[in-house]
Amino acid sequence: MIDFCGIELAHPVINGSGTFDAIAARRVFGEQLVERFPFSAFVSKTITLSPRPGNPAPRLWEAPAGLINSIGLPNKGLSGYLAEDLPQLAQLPVPLITNVMGSTAQEFCELVAACERRPEIAAIELNVSCPNVKTGLDIGSDPRQLEAVTQAVRGQTGKPLIIKLTPNTADVAACAAAAERGGADAVSLINTLRAMALAPGSDRPWLGGRTGGLSGPAIRAVALAQVAAVRGAVALPIIGMGGVQSPAHARDLLRAGADLVAVGTESFRDPAAAARIAAEIY
Amino acid sequence: MSFQQAGEHTPAPFCRRLLQVTANEKVGAYRLLWALDRDAPAPLPGQFAMIAAAQGWGAGVDERPFLPRAFSIARRREDGQCAFLIEDVGPGTARLCALSPGEGLWVLGPLGRGFTPAPAGRRTILVGGGIGIAPLMILQDAILGAGAAVGSGTAAGVGVRFGADATPGESASCVALLGFRGREHAHGASLLHEPQVATDDGSVGHRGLVTDLLERHLGDESPAVVRACGPPAMLESVRAICERRDIAAELALEAGMACGYGACYGCAVPRRGGGYLRVCVDGPVVDAAELERVS
Ligand SMILES: Cc1cc2nc3c(=O)[nH]c(=O)nc-3n(C[C@H](O)[C@H](O)[C@H](O)COP(=O)(O)OP(=O)(O)OC[C@H]3O[C@@H](n4cnc5c(N)ncnc54)[C@H](O)[C@@H]3O)c2cc1C
Ligand SMILES: Cc1cc2nc3c(=O)[nH]c(=O)nc-3n(C[C@H](O)[C@H](O)[C@H](O)COP(=O)(O)O)c2cc1C
Ligand code: FES
Repeated sequence: MIDFCGIELAHPVINGSGTFDAIAARRVFGEQLVERFPFSAFVSKTITLSPRPGNPAPRLWEAPAGLINSIGLPNKGLSGYLAEDLPQLAQLPVPLITNVMGSTAQEFCELVAACERRPEIAAIELNVSCPNVKTGLDIGSDPRQLEAVTQAVRGQTGKPLIIKLTPNTADVAACAAAAERGGADAVSLINTLRAMALAPGSDRPWLGGRTGGLSGPAIRAVALAQVAAVRGAVALPIIGMGGVQSPAHARDLLRAGADLVAVGTESFRDPAAAARIAAEIY
Repeated sequence: MSFQQAGEHTPAPFCRRLLQVTANEKVGAYRLLWALDRDAPAPLPGQFAMIAAAQGWGAGVDERPFLPRAFSIARRREDGQCAFLIEDVGPGTARLCALSPGEGLWVLGPLGRGFTPAPAGRRTILVGGGIGIAPLMILQDAILGAGAAVGSGTAAGVGVRFGADATPGESASCVALLGFRGREHAHGASLLHEPQVATDDGSVGHRGLVTDLLERHLGDESPAVVRACGPPAMLESVRAICERRDIAAELALEAGMACGYGACYGCAVPRRGGGYLRVCVDGPVVDAAELERVS
């Protein structure tokens, strides 16, 4: 058993937000999914206040050893998630982490306050890779804004608060330190790296959302560097992710300073990948 | 939501499986790749699998392919042999087309929702374009295995049928209308029973579109349902024709996929009335009425 911010976990491998839909997977694979659930905690995809349909197609581009996605955070919105999805997710045999994103500190507070009231939710993760409506800059890429948002949200919840740092910033260690000052209980990284692909033979972007985020083995070395940098800057527990495909990759992140490891894109290649990685992690 | 009840599905084992390629047959412009899959439940017609070669996956142009690729399960025998019909259009399909017997194949499936059987007493008109004939092969096998008449022949010993409580009417009949670019691709017609063929260049069968054949068949009076798979322009034309004549149609869609089991939200297609459906879990077979148009 591992203690992560007071939550007991059977092993150190969880999922990356937005890379596993446990409700859809249960329909596809049946009860085997629950019996052999691969992650020691389940992280929801990002939930926003209002429902979002997501970006127009195409949403995927296969990159060298990786994937660029512009999914656009489709979700049912806060009330749809709490009413329809959370009761189903609560049937999973592991603790639940709900990932939320707002476009202002006020929205983040509203989302977190609603999660605070639900006993099914063990911890809350903030996706701060969202543009500030005024400046256009990602909230999470600016240490001052990040500290302010974290502090505001901290006042709304006693549950463990995880800040999912953006890698699209000049100084990820400074951002982690800002999250710590703001009162975060943990940080997770890395989210996808901003990336783009052109439609073959044209000057138009391929993705419906124009740009997207790069994930998979292509970003593994970046993840390792950023986790090591953050470990040097904060004492908080770290959830490391980015391109993990094997137990050896997971061990590297743990050695660089992560406490837990998340598997994302590799689950697309094999839904049971995380179970395989967890079984041989030590 | 209507999609979630529409087509049926067989649950997949929760893990990708390493299979062995047993044969790789050239069929004109296509390859029919066979693998032995004893441990998986029989697929329903229209279901698909995510597949990848066990070796040499990732060594192509731009270091692709990386993700597995989606393929209709085109045929399934009682002994667990299953077949995929593959057209080489890029690095993933090129690698799969080059596999030899004995080589390894990663397979996840059966995935997605399949076709539903025609209500008793209705003809099924299969409409396929190019590589889109793949899911119609197994669908026709299921219809014939269930005892439908196709002129002379009936298929025996096929390992596929519709769900237990969904047996098509005994007097049901089935006709396959297939469209191809030209002679080389039209070899694919040999994979279906008694097909009627159209080619763009007139080298085989009717010169023109497969939808010309469809209009002709819908001209007679006997009630029919349509089951179609093919390129988007063909599917849109089938959809529009069936909508105009008020004929129930199911379309097998394609979309770029990363996972095939609902995890990535990458395979979105606009649904009628707003929002998106996920082709991998809400489809790939959808009721045509659920779409505004196919694009
Ligand atoms: C449910 C389903 C069933 C299918 N059944 C069959 C079948 O039975 N037989 C069959 O042959 N095919 C089938 N397909 C299509 C098959 O999955 C594709 O042809 C295959 O994925 C192509 O892979 P590739 O690497 O060969 O080509 P790619 O290079 O991936 O090219 C395919 C298309 O993807 C786009 N593309 C090009 N580069 C990229 C990139 N880097 N990232 C993303 N997109 C790119 C282009 O539009 C290109 O034309 C099916 C698809 C689905 C969704
Ligand atoms: C298709 C896709 C969707 C994602 N959606 C989210 C999301 O909704 N919220 C979030 O915080 N991160 C999201 N991510 C980022 C992942 O959680 C993870 O940080 C990233 O993919 C790196 O890990 P990986 O290389 O193992 O995939 C998404 C990634 C992918 C590939
Ligand atoms: S392919 Fe991933 S959700 Fe459909």
